[in-house]
Amino acid sequence: MTLQSLDSFCTWLAATPVSQLLQTIGWIIPAVQTVHILAVAAVVTSALMIDLRLLGIRGREQPVAAIARRFLPFIWWPLPVLLATGALLIIAEPARALENPVFILKMGLLLAAAGITLACQIPLQRDEAFWELSVARKRAAQLIACASIPLWVAIICAGRWIAYVQGT
Amino acid sequence: MFEQFLQALQDTSVATAIREGETLFPWIECVHVLALTLVIGSIAIVDLRLVGLASRDRGVAQTTASVLPVTWTAFVFAVTTGGLLFASNATTYAHNFYFQVKIALIALAGINMAVYHLLLNRGADAWHTPALTPMRARIVGGLSLCLWIAIVAFGRWIGFTINTPT
Repeated sequence: MTLQSLDSFCTWLAATPVSQLLQTIGWIIPAVQTVHILAVAAVVTSALMIDLRLLGIRGREQPVAAIARRFLPFIWWPLPVLLATGALLIIAEPARALENPVFILKMGLLLAAAGITLACQIPLQRDEAFWELSVARKRAAQLIACASIPLWVAIICAGRWIAYVQGT
Repeated sequence: MFEQFLQALQDTSVATAIREGETLFPWIECVHVLALTLVIGSIAIVDLRLVGLASRDRGVAQTTASVLPVTWTAFVFAVTTGGLLFASNATTYAHNFYFQVKIALIALAGINMAVYHLLLNRGADAWHTPALTPMRARIVGGLSLCLWIAIVAFGRWIGFTINTPT
């Protein structure tokens, strides 16, 4: 999409009745942001608990698979909530997000974080002990954790910076 | 007296730098959001266990022990960054209704947690699965969840009632 058509799409979206409604009812945006933050809390804490176990820092009395089973649902299930609340925020103020480089960066980081999570999860589905079978695999698991933590930190920072960076 | 303290706090060099700098406020906010998501997420792990909705295959004591260091570390960061954000506009925040309620709710959540630890925690080791925790523990967990959800909401509303980017 060229910049101009993105611009007109944003203008069109902002003029739709749904967007107008979101803009006029004052409490909707903070309420949607509150739900968004709560869902972020579930995802980021769950990711951290798995990463700390992969690094061997916390939860060593339990196998990796047990921790993953406990926390992975709290990474994937809030995702539809995040996408829905995120979509509402975009509809309310399209240009604020869609024309914002930080928003694009956040979406890229989100894809990377989802990929990293799958990289941890998929081998576990084949073999529960996958990440604990050899020193090399333990190292690989630690690398996954080392990539995952900064990604989630960056996603949160990008989310906050959307409010401060002007669209192009 | 209190007003003078707020003004003095706001006039410190640190507070002034945060208020007048271009990027300091948003960066501190980033750390604040990161810390508070970890505070609430980790507390929710314990609360959901107390209520009986998650981690039923583990004892309450182990569940609590495995997340508490995360909670406290994140809490220290949340309070520090929150204090810096407050200082940057102390006179405005102190009179904001949503800020006042938020602080009161955090105090209530603290009292709720203290009550749990001091009075109810005895015997937590024995609360293993599949048995549910006693009703008193489920009430404490449910109350804690409600309080922290409200704390996030009031925190977000501060931004919409004070003239900062939201």
